[in-house]
Amino acid sequence: MAKNTLSSRFRKLDIDEFDENKFVDDHDEAVDNQGPDATEIDNLIRIGDTMTAFQLALRNPPLNTKNPAIKERALAIVLRVLTSFKSSDIEPAVKSLDRSGVDLLMKYIYRGFEKPSDNSSAILLQWHEKAFAVGGLGSIVRVLTARKTV
Amino acid sequence: MSLHQFLLEPITCHAWNRDRTQIAISPNNHEVHIYQKSGNQWVKSHELKEHNGHITGIDWAPKSDRIVTCGADRNAYVWSLKDGVWKPTLVILRINRAATFVKWSPLENKFAVGSGARLISVCYFESDNDWWVSKHIKKPIRSTVLSLDWHPNNVLLAAGSCDFKCRVFSAYIKEVEEKPGPTPWGSKMPFGAVLAEFGGAGGGGWVHSVSFSSSGNRLAWVSHDSTVTVVDGTKGSTPSQLKTEFLPLLSVLFISENSVVAAGHDCCPMLFRCDDGGSLTFVSKLDLPKASITRNISAMERFRNMDKRATTEDRNTALETLHQNSITQVSIYEGDQRDCRKFCTTGIDGAMTIWDFKLKTRLNQYCY
Repeated sequence: MAKNTLSSRFRKLDIDEFDENKFVDDHDEAVDNQGPDATEIDNLIRIGDTMTAFQLALRNPPLNTKNPAIKERALAIVLRVLTSFKSSDIEPAVKSLDRSGVDLLMKYIYRGFEKPSDNSSAILLQWHEKAFAVGGLGSIVRVLTARKTV
Repeated sequence: MSLHQFLLEPITCHAWNRDRTQIAISPNNHEVHIYQKSGNQWVKSHELKEHNGHITGIDWAPKSDRIVTCGADRNAYVWSLKDGVWKPTLVILRINRAATFVKWSPLENKFAVGSGARLISVCYFESDNDWWVSKHIKKPIRSTVLSLDWHPNNVLLAAGSCDFKCRVFSAYIKEVEEKPGPTPWGSKMPFGAVLAEFGGAGGGGWVHSVSFSSSGNRLAWVSHDSTVTVVDGTKGSTPSQLKTEFLPLLSVLFISENSVVAAGHDCCPMLFRCDDGGSLTFVSKLDLPKASITRNISAMERFRNMDKRATTEDRNTALETLHQNSITQVSIYEGDQRDCRKFCTTGIDGAMTIWDFKLKTRLNQYCY
């Protein structure tokens, strides 16, 4: 019993890396957007123009980048915009988006769900309800199947 | 629409014979059951038992009356009717994973099998040795092939696979056919050449089903990210994608040059229209639910519900659609791909429904 149980070095090997049938997704190194501009959006929120802040926040989503810091930054900005909305303003904001905009909004909403904070869950659920009314189950499926996440 | 419930088992796949008097289905096991229409009923006439694993695909060649089946046991069999009995002939596919899909070519001299081995086996009959030979299309498929469709010229093959892409290959076999003429998809077509590749690029899900139109110029596919895409080979290679708000669709079919029917996890066939510019729009769901009659529930029913379901409310758990579970396959019942009058759907609920376009006259305005 003794000899073959001595070395456990093999347990540190990741066997899947050596699988020749492993599927490697092709990452086209397209121009990675840097995410929305924080200062401009902060100004807009301060003066109360949440609608324009919302439009700006959803532009340039960092979909292609592999840098998690950029994604975290973009997510924080978008969540700040979403939480600064009044409940009655949510529906017109969602209506102003096109199909891909609604899909992108859904992606951000689900990312926001991942780390709930005190005031974010309630407003995010309202956003989710309005976005679901426009995008339907398809937009949620596209959040789940997306390989370029926000 | 007429629904026929075969059994409670899911119908994995089905195939019709030429005059639609017989249907071959697989009830989610190793067998194929052939049902014969007699009056309004379907009577089981044959059981085809040869496979060792679940049947994943059946196709019935209308002119030569041969059935090809493929299964999870990595085999395919070609069945011919001799003296009222279906006799199988084994086809060596040379795959090391399950077969997922099989389709006869339009001239029925070859068939293509998609598999989990990341390749397509194109099989043709070699009369010298009196057996079926297979040739493989491997590159550049990187994952399971889920669905295949032949172009009307008997050479081009569209394949949808789990690597999020839909491709058009050439399956030209010089032993059985002449060199094909040029098509909008390309003019040089050696065996295994990729003439077009669509999809991927970050978005997209598994491509569940592909379909060529009757002219072969248009190609439609549905994928797991709830989208339907159509590309017109004559108008350059930009596909027109429609992001739907439904659950993912599992099967798609051209029913005229401009219209596409698709069905899937929403248990309801949907009609889409592709205009001459090539852009795709959703027309309507084809399953119009009857208005539900709310009535007062009697005391007897209340007690019965309390006994059976531990609830006193009248909560009907049946779906509003005809099919009670996902639809896995759509096929043409009457007409052809240029002009389909009736189509058939089968699904995981074990039911087969035939849908009639004539009964919904308003749909004709969209189709033609």
